[in-house]
Amino acid sequence: MSGSDQGKGSDVLDEQDRARFEQLVLPHLDAAFNLARWLLKSRADSEDVAQEALLRAYRFFRGFHGGDARAWLLQIVRNTCYTWLEKNRPVELMTEFDEELHPQPSVSPEALAIAGANRERLARALETLPPRFREVLVLRELEGCSYKEIASITAIPIGTVMSALARARQRLHGALTQASPQEASREL
Amino acid sequence: MNCDLTRTVLHGYLDGELDATRSAEFERHLEGCRECATSLGSEESLRSSLQRSGLYENAPLGLRKKIRADLDAATSSNAAIRIPVWRWLAVAATILLVASVSWFAWPRRGVDSASATPFTVAEIIDAHVRSLQPGHLTDVASTDQHTVKPWFNGKLAFVPPVKDFADEGFPLVGGRLDVLGGQNVAALVYSRRKHIINVFVMPTKEPDTPIHLPGLRQGYQWRHWRRQGMEYCAVSDVSDSDLYELAQLIYQ
Repeated sequence: MSGSDQGKGSDVLDEQDRARFEQLVLPHLDAAFNLARWLLKSRADSEDVAQEALLRAYRFFRGFHGGDARAWLLQIVRNTCYTWLEKNRPVELMTEFDEELHPQPSVSPEALAIAGANRERLARALETLPPRFREVLVLRELEGCSYKEIASITAIPIGTVMSALARARQRLHGALTQASPQEASREL
Repeated sequence: MNCDLTRTVLHGYLDGELDATRSAEFERHLEGCRECATSLGSEESLRSSLQRSGLYENAPLGLRKKIRADLDAATSSNAAIRIPVWRWLAVAATILLVASVSWFAWPRRGVDSASATPFTVAEIIDAHVRSLQPGHLTDVASTDQHTVKPWFNGKLAFVPPVKDFADEGFPLVGGRLDVLGGQNVAALVYSRRKHIINVFVMPTKEPDTPIHLPGLRQGYQWRHWRRQGMEYCAVSDVSDSDLYELAQLIYQ
């Protein structure tokens, strides 16, 4: 919370803003929490970060001029998550582009069928992905966002959303095949 | 992996983000490319695993309460005024207007030829979902093809073929005008065991195609084909075998 009275973020908000926010933005709290949960991999941290992001969204609410409230909110949630990660887990953001070090094997449908039955295994595989791959998958598959929405939330050009998803899915296939049950238990 | 499309277009297809032309092109490619066909199957099963295994996590109950307290604290209370209902309506109408304007103003991707069909799968699904809202299903409600077909006269620059397939288990429910990709189209409404099937029909200059492989998005299936100067897209939540059956009936 900044004490500054400059800029859009520190407008004095009145009851009317409060009611509009309640109606337009607050319904997307689950989406906000879910995105934070998968970016931070922790429910407790996500609760704090989602709370912070919602308050931040509220402070900037006068800058929201209609349109897709969910995408607008998720953009703020995502930024808040990355700020939090930079501060608390900078290593995670640096291990992004190590694909060349770990070539991904191709995957058999059987392996997937097995994985499909197991939420824990899917969740763990998803969590091994770098945040930037994880977020496009969460937005697309769990949140049902369009490419246009994903582009606006993650600030990547719309033309690259498709290839980002392709790479993310490839990584997830790889993570699922690699995490055979034995390996998974060794990790624990 | 050798096929370039496996790593790119396949995903746009899977996500229903290709326009109808590119989607149809990819479907033709799929018929001949085993790598893409296998990969599509494996992507579909990954998707259904992701969506079915309850990975979505809702906010804890207490969080909403905490946030409301934050919001109250950040709200200046001396401006407390009751807001009349009409202002809410005005706000809602503005949002709708902005949303629809930005939707239509968004450039269509990848339509690379003048004869391309300018609608995306997302539009078809949206039109189907919209039609299911109360009072939106039909403009002319009739099980009689001889009532539905003439109804379109004068409302469209073409006459869609209308047939009732009640005997085959797909009774005609009625017809409706709709807009896809900025073009007026006919929507024929059929039912199948209380499920609704929308068949969108519009003229095309493209040659006939077979009935393409099904697409699936958000739990809705679609089948697309061209026949005798008409472009068809059938969409519904019924099983693909039902949808294919109706597509074949219309195709004949």
